[in-house]
Amino acid sequence: MIRENSEVILSIQDLSAEVDGNPILKGLTLEIKAGEVHAIMGPNGSGKSTLSKILAGHPAYTVTSGSVTFHGKNLLEMEAEERAKSGIFLAFQYPLEIPGVSNLDFLRVAYNAKRKHEGLEELDAFDFDELVQAKLELLKMNPSFLSRSVNEGFSGGEKKRNEILQMALLEPKLAILDEIDSGLDIDALKVVSSGVNALTTPDNAVLLITHYQRLLNYIEPDYVHVMEAGRILTTGSKELAHELEARGYDWVRDEEVEAIAR
Amino acid sequence: MSIQVSTPPDVAENTITSKVDRAAYLAELINLRSPLAESLSWVQPIREQAVTQLKERSIPSNRDEEWRFTDLATLLKTRFVGLEPGELPDSAAISPFLLAESASSRLVFVDGVYAPDLSDTSGLPDTIKIGSLKDVAVPQHLAQQQGADEVFTLLNTAGVSDGAVVLVPADTVVEAPIHLLFVATGTAETLIQPRVLVVASTGSRVIFVEDFVALGDRAYFTNAVTEVWVEGNAEVGHVRVQREASSAFHIAKTAVSQARDSRYQMTVINLGASLSRHNLEVYQTGEQTDTTLNALTLLGQEQLSDTHSLIAFTKPYGTANQVNKCIVGDRAHAVFNGRIVVPQAAQLTNAAQLSRNLLVSPKARVDTKPQLEITADNVKCAHGATVSQLEEDELFYLQSRGIDATYARTLLTYAFAVEVVNQIEIPSLRDRLVAHLRQLPS
Ligand SMILES: Nc1ncnc2c1ncn2[C@@H]1O[C@H](COP(=O)(O)OP(=O)(O)OP(=O)(O)O)[C@@H](O)[C@H]1O
Ligand SMILES: [Mg+2]
Repeated sequence: MIRENSEVILSIQDLSAEVDGNPILKGLTLEIKAGEVHAIMGPNGSGKSTLSKILAGHPAYTVTSGSVTFHGKNLLEMEAEERAKSGIFLAFQYPLEIPGVSNLDFLRVAYNAKRKHEGLEELDAFDFDELVQAKLELLKMNPSFLSRSVNEGFSGGEKKRNEILQMALLEPKLAILDEIDSGLDIDALKVVSSGVNALTTPDNAVLLITHYQRLLNYIEPDYVHVMEAGRILTTGSKELAHELEARGYDWVRDEEVEAIAR
Repeated sequence: MSIQVSTPPDVAENTITSKVDRAAYLAELINLRSPLAESLSWVQPIREQAVTQLKERSIPSNRDEEWRFTDLATLLKTRFVGLEPGELPDSAAISPFLLAESASSRLVFVDGVYAPDLSDTSGLPDTIKIGSLKDVAVPQHLAQQQGADEVFTLLNTAGVSDGAVVLVPADTVVEAPIHLLFVATGTAETLIQPRVLVVASTGSRVIFVEDFVALGDRAYFTNAVTEVWVEGNAEVGHVRVQREASSAFHIAKTAVSQARDSRYQMTVINLGASLSRHNLEVYQTGEQTDTTLNALTLLGQEQLSDTHSLIAFTKPYGTANQVNKCIVGDRAHAVFNGRIVVPQAAQLTNAAQLSRNLLVSPKARVDTKPQLEITADNVKCAHGATVSQLEEDELFYLQSRGIDATYARTLLTYAFAVEVVNQIEIPSLRDRLVAHLRQLPS
């Protein structure tokens, strides 16, 4: 929801970044305010996941210029775990499997890290269990997922649900959802979307990365950005997503070229 | 295949290098043995035979293929002393090491000597013979295992003056796990030589835990020998936890012989000692015998731990499954040599060996080598070795959920180790090890 005076949560200015000496982001600018839902679409390899990992603090990427502020603070100076505890959440395009670490333990440790950061008392196993059961219901997940190792042997769709379960527990200020819809059947998509919608408030914001307009029927974006070659090519309303689906990315490129020519 | 990580350091120059000095040093160690109790006169010829055999021997050096990676120079620099009768620790001192499941099925040894006041076997069936070697004579079993002529095994045999004996009669199921607790007082550079003999007679079942712990932190030397006889169709579960003092030396032999249709499952946890060596030998002497070996070695600082295992098949239809895991930090060094022998007669056997190693520091080192000697043609024998580091992406995944980097490393290290610890079917011991693993800094 776009509101005039809402607070700026995330401000990315002219961001460039590289990995192993290869430039990937090339002067990207984006601003997200409280209550807003943004969608980023763009061809494979345009740098969408790179952007999401840089925001979450992955150490493999080097920022070469530009700035990122989150709630007015310099995000780039913060360690990944600090960012998470301050309210950044990334649902990974490819969630990792961690054999040997039980999902329940993992969720509790993560949840309590945040509680501690907020100066709250950590929840014991019993209270946490109650909390997590409620969140499982929201996502129509089988409690048996808790006793398994993190994502180990989960199907693609189950992994995505597990990401949203983590989001539901951590209640982030900014949720970056990288292709949360890929590999989901229509029923799962509905469950996941309504989970995300239930978690959206006027105080937080969502950044969706997707290839499919279908997701945007369920989670309605306020802005749709088209990314290519490491920067935002154009920004529009949710109708832009329909255009993209119908006409492909070449059409945007051509429009841009014309706009520059004019 | 030998996976070697980082360049091997120069073999430390030590003051005692010549063969003669190593032989003289060994002779000194033999002289540290305790006198025999009267009831052990039957042991006298066994001790003297070992002394005779040792005359030709010396402490091995790096030139010895079996000791290539394990330099005993620091051991040779230490002057050990014999046991002095001292005050026994009280029950409060050992209570942190006790297992609830073995409250009335434990034998406690202090510096290798049986401590009846700290032991309790009241919960075991009367038919089981259990106690000190001084009380249970086993002339037909003591020092009868194959491989008894290895030098440190002989050193122990030459000095046998006490030990733990467990004789389970045929068709007897022992419900409670038997805890053999070896407490080192650690107040001097003592030579401690624990001895264990377990016989599981035909059709019986027993689980026992050998547990090496310390109260003090002097550089004492445990030289342990354990002999296990698993008779026909018997089943033995064996847990070995080595958590010696951090400056101690620990050299041990476990020799197991398995008769036909028997099952032997061992879980080893190596945590302590500055230098440790485990020679683990399993001899399958009958058909359709099953062996499972799991081991976890967790090292930091300058620790060195070397496991040399042997699984020797002799008859058809045997199976063996071995997983050896090492987590190596700081400047520590883990060595694994896993030998599997399948002679022509041992057709239709099935063996699998996996050596998995996690290096958690750039200066840590692992040497791992499978050694398969297969002459039978109709066998399955799979083996593999991996050396890895903590994955940056896994760490990032945990950190991206607000888990700090140090704890994330601990969690991932724990995840690597837990598979082995979970093999232990004694909850209080398993939980204690899990708690230890979940706090460890890596
Ligand atoms: N760690 C890395 N090392 C080398 N190249 C990388 C690395 N990470 C990303 N890249 C490269 O950066 C470019 C952008 O990748 P990124 O994953 O951000 O694209 P994307 O827009 O998310 O694509 P997709 O739609 O396929 O998910 C690609 O060319 C990719 O190969
Ligand atoms: Mg991507």
